Amino acid sequence: MAATATGIHHRSYTSELRLRATRAEYFRLGLMTVLLLVLPFVLDNYWLSIANTILIAVIGAVGLNILVGYTGQISLGQGGFMAVGAYSSAILSDRIGLPTPLAILLAVLLTAAVGVFFGLPGLRLKGLYLAIATLASQVIIEFLVRRDIGDFLTEGLGYINVDRLAFLGFEIGGRDVFEQQWYWILLVLAVLTVISARNIFRTGLGRSFMAVRDQDIAAEAIGVNLTRAKLTAFAVSSGFVGLAGSLTAHYSEVVSWEKFTLDVSILYLAMIIVGGLGSIAGAVYGAVFMTLLPELIRRLANALESTMPFLGDQLPAVRNATFGAVIIAFLIFEPRGLDRIWQRMKDYVRFWPFRY
Amino acid sequence: MLTRAYQHSLRGSHLPAGQPLLEVDNISLRFGGVKALRDISLTVTEGDVHAIIGPNGAGKSSLLNCISGLYHPQEGEIRLHTVPGSRGGHRQDADRTTGEVRTHTLTSLAPYKIARLGVARSFQNIELFSAMTVLENLMLGRHIHMRKGVLSSMLWLGPARRQEIEHRQLVEEVIDLLQLQAVRNKHVGALAYGVQKRVELGRALCLQPALLLLDEPMAGMNAEEKEDMARYILDVHELAQVSVVLIEHDMNVVMDISDRVTVLDFGAKIADGTPDEVKADPAVIEAYLGAEEEDQAVREAVAHMEQQVAQETAKEGDRG
Repeated sequence: MAATATGIHHRSYTSELRLRATRAEYFRLGLMTVLLLVLPFVLDNYWLSIANTILIAVIGAVGLNILVGYTGQISLGQGGFMAVGAYSSAILSDRIGLPTPLAILLAVLLTAAVGVFFGLPGLRLKGLYLAIATLASQVIIEFLVRRDIGDFLTEGLGYINVDRLAFLGFEIGGRDVFEQQWYWILLVLAVLTVISARNIFRTGLGRSFMAVRDQDIAAEAIGVNLTRAKLTAFAVSSGFVGLAGSLTAHYSEVVSWEKFTLDVSILYLAMIIVGGLGSIAGAVYGAVFMTLLPELIRRLANALESTMPFLGDQLPAVRNATFGAVIIAFLIFEPRGLDRIWQRMKDYVRFWPFRY
Repeated sequence: MLTRAYQHSLRGSHLPAGQPLLEVDNISLRFGGVKALRDISLTVTEGDVHAIIGPNGAGKSSLLNCISGLYHPQEGEIRLHTVPGSRGGHRQDADRTTGEVRTHTLTSLAPYKIARLGVARSFQNIELFSAMTVLENLMLGRHIHMRKGVLSSMLWLGPARRQEIEHRQLVEEVIDLLQLQAVRNKHVGALAYGVQKRVELGRALCLQPALLLLDEPMAGMNAEEKEDMARYILDVHELAQVSVVLIEHDMNVVMDISDRVTVLDFGAKIADGTPDEVKADPAVIEAYLGAEEEDQAVREAVAHMEQQVAQETAKEGDRG
């Protein structure tokens, strides 16, 4: 059980409904803000590119956690939905010539609609069976973008080159400022994603999602329209995932099917499992952790090159094995993920020197 | 009448007391070859506590599931009468009605639509949202009265927050009524059984129900807990004037708190009336205590067997 801080007496519902109550919580928030603001001036371009990848992953993982962690609808279609966002926004902005922000917005809406369509099996299926059904969505979308029947998507190239991001007279600069400018854009979008997702789950809408997850019969008996709740969850989740997909397209400036395979779906599932199912903060931690992990493994392999050269030689295999081991370790030792570990650390400090 | 300064009426119905609220008309429910309910008819009157009793497997829960839409009976019709009133829930508004009675056929409606008409229920095996707090569970009881726009929810500031606070006030009154203050922010999964039952009652109450269906609210409780629960149900009935349909095994409780009792046995209705009438009904006594003729038959059979055994031992004795 999480520690309940004593001595906090709310005098109004408004103050109780705030996400943060104690001074320590505000302090941590301030620290986090400062860190995020200072980061682009401290990191070099290489690490900034990793930070940008993390920020995109945060948006995608938060979206997936809305569906899997909060609504209890397992989805293996993440990669496919990201592909929908990436392809549609690339085509809308570059080929049709819409302003990029509008193209991204339309891509988000389109992905939400596609998510609703592939969420339809969720009205009948639960658990493993739904996982297989969403796997089908992944396979179908992957097939469509890979084969590109009629060369509609890539015009025979097999990939789409996306122009450098430009909107409202602003254009992303050259090599030296590229990562930094993207960082600010992605940071704003990621923060907005996190805040709006957090807000959903303190309103009736979010509670109805969780009700579907916890006890669907009871949810229906108190007036939750299961069809609507599930499809809304699919739409909201896919919307965020589509945003992550279209940002991937504009950030990396190339769209190809290899970026949206089943591996991506599984990587994102791993993020929310490691981070903590049913927790927005958990999705963020998971995205950070799983994006940093390959980098850390690579560094470790380099450092140990003299003593254990096979680590460097077999890097992809070592990386996959570590991924698997990490997921299994979390499932066994802390199924509620990094979020819960962080909670426990906070509790430990709060109660010290007592244990509980 | 109300003793405390509650600002909201928990009663969702605006029918005058004594009028029929729910009519179950000759319903039959089959699962394959099993007839769970056979030609059941009953009328729940506005303002009553209506108990449904019967031995295990008599079809009580099936009947409740038919009313709340989880099962759809193959034959017959269930009708709910409502008087459309204001949805605000403030006490002053509660008496202001348009006066005309509307009849809804529940038989083929989806459960959530029936809930929106004001039929709230609790379950025999607690069906709470166990990963959520008591407060969140009760707020979910307000679901049908809330707007759930995606964008306004994401924005939080403004309508979404105002709505949360507005509904929180009614929820707090339910918390007061059922004395759940101490566990308000606890996760329901961690609560004692009796408290969970109370939370479930509270969640149903938060709907501002026109009709409250309680499926064995006192199952598995000791005498003291049962008394507490009975008092809460009476509070709900008397203070909030909610009509209640109650399934219960404990005859003493049923006879004490209900205005009307329907008895089921093997899927059929065997009696219906005031507690005193039902208690004196021979069919009910038979279902609960067994028939006298049956006892007689058993006694004869035992005597017959004893006689046979005696004869056989006598024969063996002759041979030896």
